[in-house]
Parts: sequence; structure tokens; C-alpha cells
Amino acid sequence: MSVSPLNTKIREANAKGEVALVPYLPAGYPTRERFWEELDKLDAAGASVIEIGMPFSDPVADGPVVEAACLKVLEDGINLHWILEGLKERKGRYNAALLLMGYLNPVLQYGPERFAAACAEGGVSGLIIADMPINESEFLTTALKPHNVELIPLVGLNTPRERLEMYARDAGGFVYMVSVLGTTGQRDSLPTKVKAKLAEVQEVFDIPVALGFGLKHPDQVAPFAGLMDAAVIGSALISHIEGGGDATSYMSIWTS
Amino acid sequence: MKKGYFGDYGGQFVPELLMPPLLELEQAMDTIMASEDFQKEFTTLLKECVGRPSALTFCPNLSKDIGVNLWLKREDLNHTGAHKINNTLGQALLARKMGKKTLLTETGAGMNGVATATAAAMMDMGCKVYMGAVDVERQALNVRRMELLGAEVVAVESGTRTLKDAINEALRCWISTQETTHYCFGTAAGPHPFPLLVRELQAVVGREARQQFLDRIGSLPDVVCACVGGGSNAIGAFHAFVPDESVKLVGVEAAGTGEPGCFNSAPLNLGTDGVLHGAKSKLLQTEDGQIMPSHSVAAGLDYPGVGPEHSALQKMGRAHYGNVNDTQALNAFKTLSRREGIIPALESSHAVAWVLENAKELQGLNVMVNLSGRGDKDMDIVERVLAQGE
Repeated sequence: MSVSPLNTKIREANAKGEVALVPYLPAGYPTRERFWEELDKLDAAGASVIEIGMPFSDPVADGPVVEAACLKVLEDGINLHWILEGLKERKGRYNAALLLMGYLNPVLQYGPERFAAACAEGGVSGLIIADMPINESEFLTTALKPHNVELIPLVGLNTPRERLEMYARDAGGFVYMVSVLGTTGQRDSLPTKVKAKLAEVQEVFDIPVALGFGLKHPDQVAPFAGLMDAAVIGSALISHIEGGGDATSYMSIWTS
Repeated sequence: MKKGYFGDYGGQFVPELLMPPLLELEQAMDTIMASEDFQKEFTTLLKECVGRPSALTFCPNLSKDIGVNLWLKREDLNHTGAHKINNTLGQALLARKMGKKTLLTETGAGMNGVATATAAAMMDMGCKVYMGAVDVERQALNVRRMELLGAEVVAVESGTRTLKDAINEALRCWISTQETTHYCFGTAAGPHPFPLLVRELQAVVGREARQQFLDRIGSLPDVVCACVGGGSNAIGAFHAFVPDESVKLVGVEAAGTGEPGCFNSAPLNLGTDGVLHGAKSKLLQTEDGQIMPSHSVAAGLDYPGVGPEHSALQKMGRAHYGNVNDTQALNAFKTLSRREGIIPALESSHAVAWVLENAKELQGLNVMVNLSGRGDKDMDIVERVLAQGE
């Protein structure tokens, strides 16, 4: 199979000596119209991958910032159809690779095959499902494979080596390592255990390693230079927009 | 069958970060809980601290009124006043043997919270209870009981501020506290192994009842009926009878106000297949797969999902699931109090109401209702609702 654009884009940044940036923005946030504008800004500011959040009413892996944003866009009527149609209209517009992140039930109701095909039509290269460990994911990877959409593994500080190896066997794109034993946006500082686990994840996987959950400032990732290939930034971007900022000013914190 | 599944339902749909504690729990069930020592200790606790076996009570007055031989399995007589203690005490004992220091749980009506707080106090463990802010308000007495028992009660303000949001918050808390904390899941739902674990701990209800019927009338009941929210009292009552094909199993869901468009709590009757809180089961959801708010006058039934084994029993046709609305449940609440001197929980009142509503088809049959809890906790809400109706 060909190398995923997710992989390629991250490696392009790495080749320039940079940690690739993977910003996360919930679909339809802060408003239907502004979402597409912010997406353009993230792309223009040099994001390697843009993660678009698919809203779910019960986001158990997310902290209060992402949950509040999710519930807000749900009230505005944002659903998978709106996201996938919007992306289809803009296909080819983005330099960054695109990734959808969310929970299983909305995808299940949309229909895994139909969803996989719509991802491909919208130029989406990968998918993160926060509530689906590898034990349950076979039906979905089967649906995604023919459309070259990667299911991105989420691993954590408590994921034992044998489970890392299970994930590594069939993984493409990149692997997402959760930096805290908690929900998104939970901590300010990162525990020292992260370093050892990152090294182990690098050893087990031959695809790029992204670090996420609780990243607010570039200073936080400095200690992990050489161990992480990409940084996922989500809650902090939402808070920045909530505080009156936009994607351009936020990205400048990370790119300057 | 796939591991962790009941037919097509069940599974472990959780963040990878929760897989290690689930696998740890599964292993503890296979080793610690399967041991003779554990079973002996648990049986002793049930006898000496819970008051098991619970009575099987025949209802002479009501039976005469409706022409049905009505029997009640008296889980309301357990310590803490409901079936929940069977589960929480078992899980607390297991958790302590696993070396955990704290019990974490969610609660709707507050009965599971009280039963968990009680078990934690007995086992000298810490206890943290997540409860929807709406439920904190409508079940204030149980909040005070939990706090008296030493638990920390956290009011959940997100989402619909009821049981489903309390479960979300408890799952989030468990991600970060898994090393020292056991999530004492309150009902036979959630990710594997909880539906199995809770069923095993609640199965004592049906086992006792089955023997009590054989001793008292020399045969099995014709119908076993229980209310279904998450489904733990029902699965506990059903399990021993599942192989007895002559025994009809009836679960009763809450239809809420019963008006079209009411957010009911009847996913087995009105829901579709989906994934919530770690398991595939029947769900109240929109076409987009968003979970719908539920409603019932009984806080303990107010949940948009249901334990996966019930979805499986329904699909294979082994159990049938009816529904009863708020008004019918309130009527049963009053009728059982007045005619038999037993004040049932509003949740259990749904099961009693199903018998009253279907008495015509049940003439002369021996019908057992699992009276899963007592109704003292509901006095405020019943008075409020009845006052509104007048």
C-alpha cells in the first residue's frame, strides 16, 4: 500500500528539523462559517495535519473544554453529513493532510462503508475513534482499507508493550500517544514518565509518533526533542479562540 | 461467541487508556472471585450484613383483587433498601483483594451510591460518587445518606445532568485514578466485564427465588417480572430462570409521561442498536447517533441505554420487554402500599404496574415481581407529582 499522506506530511516537517503540528478543531466551531475560515488559517500557518472533531453527545475521553465545544456545535446542528459534504466541496484545497476524530456511535449510525467512501471523497486520510480499542476495530479497518483511510492508534502511558505491538502490526499514518493518564486538556505539565514511554513507542512503531492531550505551549515539548515527530494541540486552541483569538495568532505561538 | 459479548451485544468500546484496568478486573474475576475463599466470604457477608436470603412474599389482598397470584421477591428488605448492595459488596470485596483503596461509582436515584458508600465503609475504603446535578436535587435524602457514610458526592453539571453524564464523568475519573481505584459499576451495563460481573453478583436473587418457589409451591413461577433501567435487578432475577423455558421473563421499561415526543427511558421498546458507555446495545439516539435525553419519574430508570444481555435476551426471544408510564407506576406505588403495606421504590413500581395493567392475561398464574427497592426515598417526588396532577 502507498504511504499515507499523514505520514508524508509529518515527515516533511521533520526533514526541516521541525516537530510537525497537528491542530485539532471541532467541526462547526466556533460557528459554521468561521470554522472553514479557521481551517484555512491553520493550513496557511503550516499545519502538517489538521484534526477535525466529529461531535458526540457523550465524549468520555475529552475534558470540559472539548466537551463544551462539542455540545455547542451539536446544538448548531453539526453532523457527519455537514462535515463530509463541506470537505468534499473543498477537496484539494488544503496542503495539510486531514484527519477526523470522534467517537464510534455516530460513525456506526452513518454506516462504516458509506463513511469510509465519504472520507475518501472529502480528502480525509485518517480517523481517530476515541472509544475503540484494537480489540473491537476490525470491522472498521476492513471498511476503511479499500479507501486508504488509516485508523490511527491511540496509546497511553499505561499501554503495555504487548498491546503496543498489537497496534503496530497493522498501523499506518502515525501513532498518537496520549501524554497524560486523563482526558484532553487535563494537565499543564507533563510527567517525566512520558519520555520513557515515547522512546518505547518509537521503538515499537515504524511510523511517526505524535504526542497530544494537555499540550498548551511549545516549551512543554522541548524535553521530548528527538522522541516525538508531531504535536497535537486541541483544547488550548479552543480556549484561545474562546478568548477572542484566532487560528493564525495561535499557530504563531508554535511556529515562531 | 466473541469474548465479552452476549450474541451481537456487549464488547469493550472504551479508550485504550481504560483497557488495562478492564483487563486487570477480568483477570481478578477469573482468579480471586472464582476462588472458594472469596465465594465463602461473600456468602457470609450477604447473610450477616445484607440479610440474605431475602423473603419471598405472597400478596394475599392484591392477588384477590386482580386474580393473579402475585409474589414479591423482597430486595427492598436488604440492608440499604435495594438490590444494589448485592453488587457493591461483591465488587468492594473483590476490589479490596485487588489492592484498590477507593471505590468510584455513578448513581442515578442514589441507591447505587448509597450501596457503594456502605460497602466502602464496611471495607474501610474511600468512596467517590458521581451524580447528575438534576438527580442530586431530586434525590436529596440519598445524597445526605452517602455523605454520612463517608462518600464524596460530586454533582455533574455537564450534558443532561443525569445518570448518563454521571457515568461519563466516572469513566473520565477512572482513567486518571485506575491504579488505586476500582470503578464499582452500578448496573449490568458498561464495557466487558461489567455486565458479566454485575450479573454474577446479582444472580443470587433469581437463585434464591427459584428455590423458594420449589419449596413453597413445588413448582416454578409462570412469570418473572422486573423493572429495567440499566438492568441489574432484572438480569439478577432472570438469570437462574433462563434455562427454564416454561418461565416467562418480562422486563419493564419506563415510558416516561407516555406522550408522543416524551423522552422516555425505554430503549428496548423504542431504541436502536448503538454504542454507549463501552457496550453495543439498544439505545435512545438520533439518526445521527447522538444520545437522546431520557425521562422517567423514577430516577433509577432514567437512562437512554440498557445492559447488553437484555438486548440479547430480547433478540433471541427469551425475554420480553414491556413498558409502563409514569402515571401507571404511581398508581402501582399507591396500590401496593395501600393493599399490602409495602411501599415500593418508583422503579420497582413499574414492574408491579405491568402486572396490574396485564392482569387479564395473567389470570390464575403465579407471577413473581422482583421488588428491587423500597420507596421511602421517593416520598417527596411522589407527593410533588401527585400534587401537580390535582
